[in-house]
Amino acid sequence: MTAALLPTALPTAFEAVKVDYAAVAPMLIVVAAALVGVLVEAFAPRLRRHAIQVGLTLAALVVAFAVLVLVSVDNQGVTVGGSIVVDGPALFMQGSLLIFAVLGILTMSERFGGRSADAFTPMGAATPGSPAEAAADRAGYATSEAFPLTMFAVFGMLMFVSANDLITMFVALEVLSLPLYVLTGLARRRRLLSQEASLKYFLLGAFSSAFFLFGAALLYGYAGSSDLSKIATAITTANGDLEGLLLPGVVLTLVGLLFKIGAVPFHSWTPDAYQGAPSPVTGFMAAATKLAAFGAILRLAYVGLEASRLEWRLGVAAVAVLTMVVGAVLSVTQTDIKRLLAYSSVAHAGFILVGVLAFDVTGVSGVMFYLVAYGLATIAAFAIVALVRSGGSEATHLSQWAGLGRKHPVVAGIFALLLLAFAGIPLTSGFTAKFAAFAPAIAHGGLAGIVMVVVGVLASAVTAFVYFRLIVLMYFTEPTGDEVAALTPSIASTIAITVGALGTVILGVVPGPILDLAGRVSQFIQ
Amino acid sequence: MSFPILTLMMVVPLVGAAVVWLLPAASSRLARPVALATSLVTLVLALLAWARFDTGGSAERYQLTETHSWIPQFGVSYALGVDGIALSLIVMAAILTPVCLLAAWNDLGDDADPKREKTYFALMLVLLTFMVGVFAARDVFLFYVFFEAMLIPVYFLIGMFGGPRRQYAAVKFILFSLVGGLIMLVAVIALYFYGPGGEQGFLYESLEGAVGGSTAAQRWMFLGFFIAFAIKAPMWPVHTWLPDAASEARPATAVLLVGVLDKVGTFGMLRFCLGFFPEASKWATPVVITLAVISVIYGALLAIGSRDMMRLIAFTSISHFGFIVMGIFAMTTTAGAGSALYMVNHGFATAGLFLLAGFLVARHGSQRIADYGGWQRVTPVLAGTFLVAGLSSLALPGLSSYVSEFLVLTGTFQRYPWAAAIGTIGIVLAALYILLMYQRVFTGPRPEFAAVAEPRDLGLREKLVVAPIIASFLLLGFFPKPVLDLVNPAVGKTLELVGVSDPAPTNASGSAQ
Repeated sequence: MTAALLPTALPTAFEAVKVDYAAVAPMLIVVAAALVGVLVEAFAPRLRRHAIQVGLTLAALVVAFAVLVLVSVDNQGVTVGGSIVVDGPALFMQGSLLIFAVLGILTMSERFGGRSADAFTPMGAATPGSPAEAAADRAGYATSEAFPLTMFAVFGMLMFVSANDLITMFVALEVLSLPLYVLTGLARRRRLLSQEASLKYFLLGAFSSAFFLFGAALLYGYAGSSDLSKIATAITTANGDLEGLLLPGVVLTLVGLLFKIGAVPFHSWTPDAYQGAPSPVTGFMAAATKLAAFGAILRLAYVGLEASRLEWRLGVAAVAVLTMVVGAVLSVTQTDIKRLLAYSSVAHAGFILVGVLAFDVTGVSGVMFYLVAYGLATIAAFAIVALVRSGGSEATHLSQWAGLGRKHPVVAGIFALLLLAFAGIPLTSGFTAKFAAFAPAIAHGGLAGIVMVVVGVLASAVTAFVYFRLIVLMYFTEPTGDEVAALTPSIASTIAITVGALGTVILGVVPGPILDLAGRVSQFIQ
Repeated sequence: MSFPILTLMMVVPLVGAAVVWLLPAASSRLARPVALATSLVTLVLALLAWARFDTGGSAERYQLTETHSWIPQFGVSYALGVDGIALSLIVMAAILTPVCLLAAWNDLGDDADPKREKTYFALMLVLLTFMVGVFAARDVFLFYVFFEAMLIPVYFLIGMFGGPRRQYAAVKFILFSLVGGLIMLVAVIALYFYGPGGEQGFLYESLEGAVGGSTAAQRWMFLGFFIAFAIKAPMWPVHTWLPDAASEARPATAVLLVGVLDKVGTFGMLRFCLGFFPEASKWATPVVITLAVISVIYGALLAIGSRDMMRLIAFTSISHFGFIVMGIFAMTTTAGAGSALYMVNHGFATAGLFLLAGFLVARHGSQRIADYGGWQRVTPVLAGTFLVAGLSSLALPGLSSYVSEFLVLTGTFQRYPWAAAIGTIGIVLAALYILLMYQRVFTGPRPEFAAVAEPRDLGLREKLVVAPIIASFLLLGFFPKPVLDLVNPAVGKTLELVGVSDPAPTNASGSAQ
């Protein structure tokens, strides 16, 4: 640390960085569990792997959460040689990520009475429909490596929200993305669609990572360091020599991050990946990736680039407006429930960006609250999508949902509640969240903020039309002849859905404690 | 801060709704009695609240208050309290709900799915909770919550139980309301930042007369609120959802929708637009009065041209809402009191028309006026009560609407003689649409089918439905003082906030005030 502060001399000898293990312990626990999970894949008997993996991941996540709450909160600060910062926003988002991960794992572990997780193919490498695949199924193969893969992704996300320099941020981005590409391709049914989604997600993701890396290089060239706080200092003390590097660097890094949240025009992977991925993975991905990516955007924007925000703020505002409008309008035309939720997630990304662009601490807490509210509802929604079946596979076409309210009042009721939350109806988390994200934009965002909020509420009205149409379909329309039925979920999925639904109600009716928490921890450590 | 009677009035129907909804299948016959009993308990509470309300000139504006911190981070409190206008509307809602439940008694038929029936009555009770809440809120955010949440039960009531085009009507209703509500949301958020802020920044008392910001900002916020309320009320040109919703909904739902929920629009104009943005209100007055006059005439003309009874009644409401808005923005105490009284009267008059038309439709199965004729000869009591309700609606002296319409027109004349003059045409047109409908439906030769199967006249249940409504016409027509005493102080205080006093009469022997 001290050596790095001397501008002229290189350190004479290699100096090990100091690591505050108490602060980073949750990340270490998660990555350790992921590694142990790989060993389980190698050595545990096939039939017991599912139980071991689920137990191991859940235990690790719970322990990591406990450590986070009990230990890490008292050990905040910059650590690991300045590349990781454990501060209020980072801890809040890490805690939320761990909760999302628990819920995600619970939904992924759903077996519906079978031997292995129902959502995942027995053998990802087999050609869809080939004899090899059928043989793998008969032999009782299962892709229980989905659980360690998820843990690696979670590790990447935990690191992403606390990355304090661009290189760490890039590493975290890759660590979280690569397992997700694989998970996307592991759906048990409609294998070709799943593989196509995986490939598309991978190719576009690789492009965006390249953009991010190039942007990081330009910013390094500009500031002489990839450390966010040093970039911030460089911007305020710039003498104009390398000014040409700053804006391209900012734009390219932001492109890389906006891709991850699915902002327009970098959203085209979202509907395909959401549709092709196994539904529980989609729910986890939608909730957790969005939260992690917004965490990184918040840190980059508020810690690193805030001083130069006047140069790029309007551009991102345009992206936000475009995201809300395109996401809302295109969700109207969707006929597949997963694609519909995907476009709605695009619109939600736009709403959250409005809060980000407020550039105020209340914006940080509003955005964090929105991410938690949206994530809980999303995980539960996709868990329900996984329940509604026709002939064994998921009934994702909207027409198949007609009359679901008559046949399965509880499932349809919870889904309707989640839809009301997505629509932002008061007394659900969606309304509080919209308020929390929009209020700072009006208070501190100036004219652009107000314009964004107006566009935001109009886009909300459009998305509300979509959600209400779905409710009409479930409740007011006669069921079609199609044999559509909701499976009875296991205790694990039930817990995940219940937590999501309860969270949606609680954050809508008594949001005070969480808002208070988000408000108290919204200050970044520079 | 004493006995939380307003909260209790919201909790009772909510608990009742839960009980009705959760009744075991074996005892689902109890659904309707339980719902009715719950609504009657709420009515008793509402009357108690009225008895405890102090109408003296020195009394606080908001009474029966309850204040608890809810989301201090947003400046939101769970704060209830009523002024005279709000209380009169709450009492009206509390009277109309049991009446509507009784009117809806056999809506679903004898062999209805018990589950559906339970849902139907539970939703009505939930609606009662929100109706009380929206008028009793003393916090803008809380008001907004009820304003939006209210849409959900109505949406299901129309969409699940309405007529053949119910889905279209339900979606149209919710979209219009949501767009209005979301526009208002922007204004609500802005209001907090231009107001005094703090942990009680959304409280009415904190905001009244304390909204800062530039003239332009105030005008934008005013527009945000006004557009939402104009859609709700509804005014021309954003009224198109109402005829669809009212004609597709069950009559009882239509009564609660048009008679009570739409009052939130005019109530909100009086309380928020005038109370928080006095300057902007004055700025907008010419346009608003013009729109109101257009609503009066246009609604009446559409009513005359209507072939469907329910649509006709919906259009008469657009005309009447025009009068109410006119009275509010005339900004004189007479017109303001008239408007406040009109809100109550219109609720009862519309209830009478919708429910009696509903009884007619239940007998003959058609909403088309042309399908009727000569019914006075087979159902004399139905015809007579319908005529009374119609006459009240066209403001016959001695019946309730006359008093309020007269007050509105007199009060408006003090400031905008032209508007009052054109508005008077609305009264003439009202006579036309009501009497034409009566003529086409009830007079003429005895209908042919009656020889085969004579339709029943009003039964006991139906008479019980109509009796309180007719009673209200006579009571408020001859003796409106109790309600006027209730609303006058509130109107006076609102106009005080606006900072206007009544124009001095040209005849020097009168006095202003």
